[in-house]
Amino acid sequence: MPRLSADQRHCVRLTLNGRAVEGEAEPRMLLTDFLRHVIGATGTHVGCEHGVCGACTIEIDGALARACLTLAVQADGTSVRTVEGLAPEPGRLSVLQAAFRRHHALQCGFCTPGILMSLDHYLRSHPLPTETDVREFLGGHLCRCTGYVPIIAAALDAAERLRNGETDA
Amino acid sequence: MTAETGPWLGQSIERVEDVALLSGRGRYFDDLGVRPGTLQAAILRSPHAHAVIKSIDVTAARAAPGVVAVLTGGEVTALSVSLVVGVRAPIQCWPIAVDRVRYVGEPVAVVVAADRYLAEDALELIEVEYDALPAVIDPTAALDSKVLLHDGLKSNVASDRSFRYGDPEAAFASAAHRIAVDIHYPRNSCTPIETYGVVAEYEPGDDSYDVLANFMGPFSLHPVMARSLKVPVNRFRLRTPPDSGGSFGVKQGVFPYVVLIALAARIAGRPVKWVEDRLEHLAASVSATNRVTRLEAAVERDGRITALAYDQIDDVGAHIRAPEPATLYRMLGNLTGAYDIRHMSVRNRVVLTNKTPSGLNRGFGGPQVYYALERLMQRIAVELKHDPLDVIRRNLVPANAFPYRTASGGLLDSGDYPAAVEMAVNDGGLSELRARRDRAHLEGRLYGIGFTAVVEPSVSNMGYVTAVLTADERRKAGPKNGAQATATVAIDPGGGVSVHIASVPQGQGHRTVAAQIAADALGLKPQDIRVISDFDSARDAWSIASGNYSSRFAAAVGGAIHIAAMRIKDKLARGAAAQLNVPADQVEFTGGRARARGNPDNAVPFARLAAASHWAPGTLPEDAHALRETVFWTPPQLTPPTDTDEINASLCHGFIFDFCGVEVDRTTGAVRIDKYVTMHDCGRVLHPGMVAGQITGGFAHALGAAVYEEFAYSPEGAFLSGTFADYLVPTPTEVPAPVILHMETPSPFTPLGAKGVAEGNCMSTPACIANAVADALGIAEIDLPLSPKRLAPFLHKPEPKP
Amino acid sequence: MKPARFDYVRADSLAEVHDVLAAECGEAAVIAGGQSLVPLLSMRMARPKVVLDIMRIPELAGISLDGDTIRVGAAVRQAELLAWSQLKARQPLLALTLPWVGHAQTRARGTVCGSVALADPSAEIPLTLLALRGEVELSTKAGRRRVAAEDFFQGLMSTARADDELIEAIRFPCGRPGEGHAFREFARRHGDFAIVACAAVADGKGVRLAVGGVADRPVARTFAGLGGSMLGQALDAFAHELEAREDLHATAAYRRELVRQLGRQVIEEARRCRA
Repeated sequence: MPRLSADQRHCVRLTLNGRAVEGEAEPRMLLTDFLRHVIGATGTHVGCEHGVCGACTIEIDGALARACLTLAVQADGTSVRTVEGLAPEPGRLSVLQAAFRRHHALQCGFCTPGILMSLDHYLRSHPLPTETDVREFLGGHLCRCTGYVPIIAAALDAAERLRNGETDA
Repeated sequence: MTAETGPWLGQSIERVEDVALLSGRGRYFDDLGVRPGTLQAAILRSPHAHAVIKSIDVTAARAAPGVVAVLTGGEVTALSVSLVVGVRAPIQCWPIAVDRVRYVGEPVAVVVAADRYLAEDALELIEVEYDALPAVIDPTAALDSKVLLHDGLKSNVASDRSFRYGDPEAAFASAAHRIAVDIHYPRNSCTPIETYGVVAEYEPGDDSYDVLANFMGPFSLHPVMARSLKVPVNRFRLRTPPDSGGSFGVKQGVFPYVVLIALAARIAGRPVKWVEDRLEHLAASVSATNRVTRLEAAVERDGRITALAYDQIDDVGAHIRAPEPATLYRMLGNLTGAYDIRHMSVRNRVVLTNKTPSGLNRGFGGPQVYYALERLMQRIAVELKHDPLDVIRRNLVPANAFPYRTASGGLLDSGDYPAAVEMAVNDGGLSELRARRDRAHLEGRLYGIGFTAVVEPSVSNMGYVTAVLTADERRKAGPKNGAQATATVAIDPGGGVSVHIASVPQGQGHRTVAAQIAADALGLKPQDIRVISDFDSARDAWSIASGNYSSRFAAAVGGAIHIAAMRIKDKLARGAAAQLNVPADQVEFTGGRARARGNPDNAVPFARLAAASHWAPGTLPEDAHALRETVFWTPPQLTPPTDTDEINASLCHGFIFDFCGVEVDRTTGAVRIDKYVTMHDCGRVLHPGMVAGQITGGFAHALGAAVYEEFAYSPEGAFLSGTFADYLVPTPTEVPAPVILHMETPSPFTPLGAKGVAEGNCMSTPACIANAVADALGIAEIDLPLSPKRLAPFLHKPEPKP
Repeated sequence: MKPARFDYVRADSLAEVHDVLAAECGEAAVIAGGQSLVPLLSMRMARPKVVLDIMRIPELAGISLDGDTIRVGAAVRQAELLAWSQLKARQPLLALTLPWVGHAQTRARGTVCGSVALADPSAEIPLTLLALRGEVELSTKAGRRRVAAEDFFQGLMSTARADDELIEAIRFPCGRPGEGHAFREFARRHGDFAIVACAAVADGKGVRLAVGGVADRPVARTFAGLGGSMLGQALDAFAHELEAREDLHATAAYRRELVRQLGRQVIEEARRCRA
């Protein structure tokens, strides 16, 4: 492809939660800034910008990714899922989101979008996780409010409900 | 679970906040739009711990693409005055370095540009010439160091006060034993995942500032900011966003940046926004104080303590930033903890060093005090060969002594400490834990058990920090005390109910509990109540005590909501009385209706009744106009310090008793929490799910402080914990689930009987874990964090020569 | 915390990569998963003129078997290798070490070769490559070469890769019958870079122990047939030779002690696995 020059903005097109979006970005723009401030999808949060806290975790082409460790131009042409895409419809919650609500698995809610994205991805491929599995898997996330206990409980509860056939739809 | 009927208080209903937060529709600081033309700021920070700024050349930065303004100390001092400093000393506190930098990360220049990327580009073009000075890092060394942090100071000790309660000299003279601990409590912070954010605007027409910031209070800092900006309080409008990404005290520390960015907006002539990044946050937002404590006890043979002698040196960093030195004074009224000790001496010194200025952080002052006190309790047991639990039991404030006035003036409101301890011992399974320890010892493993008992203060007395002044100085300054909590309950033309609060929640679910309180008072459902918690100093009812700190929501703000809702209810009852043809005191509110007691069919729908004050006031007696009630509530128990320095620093005092079993890995020194039991008496529990969340969250913070987290500095002042790869926040694999137990003795001093609960484990848990590790290793001196590096000398044999 | 400006090229072919690398004389940074590069960009500790994205080049995708070697292309993410169905059967040591690399969220994006390119002395993948006597495949416009792991890692974040070279793949020898493997690591938190990591491969001749997190690069040593106090002395001598680092989280002496203790544990465990 042609070289994108540093001091110009370039068109970035991607699919966000199933809808085509586009915006302009310099090559250096982080995907977090692109999603939040160019596209206006502010559900993905910025907590550390060095890939440790996990608040900005999203899905790119079906794999988890830290949006803060991704350049917007890298995401050109990809399919991105963010927390805004989890609920089946406005005002309704997915099985996982509802479990978070039931278990008080969030307080300030700032780390929550990243954790939800991770767990949503994980539970689709790991229907029967143990508590240790979930803790280890969520090791890539920091939450400062909850002490993690209710998050683990919500994840296990959601896994069980999904196994029992409860669906998001 | 979502319940179907009230009373709603006491039920763990689902939070009204959560649907939006779970769906990516939160409205945090950086999610809110800004005015067209708003500029972005970036801050150049000092790489030196201590240096003279010889020159700053911003020419190239000013000419850089997109740059509108560059500020340095000169611009700031020209347009503002120093932030007020809480002690009598020749110290100034500016939001930016003026001629000299005093800690790594101190702001040196602010670039205002079209976007953040361009602003950071321009930062690189600023040339600063520094003349490095020796740094003072160790607080003890700072006491008599020749290197002074501020001109005009004779030493780095900004305050040195001694207190005497009872007759400590006599108690020590006649004591069978004197037992002491020496503690070096480290620096740490609860690091919310959302960092600071400020957007500010200046209106030259009326010389006023309008600022939106994720500030959490206390709003006693509002006049501090206004004064620094040289405008009256009513020309400094401060707003907060609807949602906040956590605080734990930390977002108090955004206030110097409010001043700085407000000035940047004034100079730029346009709105300016600044979002702190994580590296800035770790290096230079705020930290809890580190403290050096020598605590000595006069002890009888049976372990009874007759007197304490505290010598505390609190390291507030490079400036005394308001509300410091409050960390040192919050606990003055309850320095005797959960114990009945009648004699005490205290020496409090506030020392300046080349570190980030300190401020609020969950537990505020408690971790430092209780680490010393509870380590001392264990040392007493070990040295006198008593069971540590028996030493605690022997010293507890007795059950029949409440309200109990402590030696230093604290008023412990309610509790039954001995019963709580016994309940925890039984229900928490202490004997099984002891058996586990014995088995571990038989297998040659390093296993220990620790205990702590603490009193958790909540609802701060706004006057406690004046105890840093002498009685004479206080008389001159005028008395300060109380804690005005506010709430407004309003009826709209549709008969709906809104609650407005100035408690600035940072994730604690205030809107849910406020709805529960109002719903119970008015016989409605929580979902019928709309709660507004974003704050605007120009429109909302507030006082200097407003904000989200000292665990004051449930006890103080919750009480104010209840009172306001009851006033509305009383007025509605008078209006209903005429319609139902019964006396007002025979009107009851339930199920969305007002009805005659004993005759449920004689009823009127709530909404119809409530709307009448809007639509048909002429049909109602004047004392039945139920439109809007704003309540200011301050408890009479929060009096100013006495002339002999007794102070009731907090309204409520919860009780916590913890014990835990801990194993230390012989090879690595890793600390594993095998079991942790925490017993709480926080008075009446308003929402069990949220109380549990505060306890598990506080426990995780405390575990971090105990084992992982430290803002570390080299002896030369280099900051060593600058990223989340160096400042180790516990993840889900490090934090076990504590066993939580409850006992409820309502506070007689709060309208709902509730007390604060959010900070207790930050006070109890570090000491409890350290006591267990000390027990496992059989060692006397142990400081935090309990890192492998620190424990290795007790585990590894001396290294063989190569 | 925003990157300085750079150009961006998403290469469609190996030739394009080689051209850019040759033209930029060390001013190009290859981006694959970006898990290490992007924070360095954001902190402005890396300031390339151009960032060269190699993730959509077909030749760099995929894990393949080349005789007794597992060849992992430069675009293979860590999660992909960890999920490879033959992993445990072909190379048990990789199956032991890969779960310790970062977190699931970073493994989903980070590449195997990227970790080798970064050459963090605490990282598990370079350690494993060294323990197994693997190789790094480097290529330029002019040709390609293979460098043994032993020679590739040259110091703290420093490797034998020349500025115009691309790490095209790395090669892990497959496990052989009669080998035993063991791995242990100590980090402050799960998923952190190791303070000390020890990997061991035992075969008929002895045990090869590779140690990460201690020196400025991973270091391996073969211990032939030693046991008891002889092994202790040999490990002690090895620990002292390592020039252990000192940092916020551990002293040099602490690291040496863990080499002695964890080293012995993995050696004994690898021998047991063999048996």
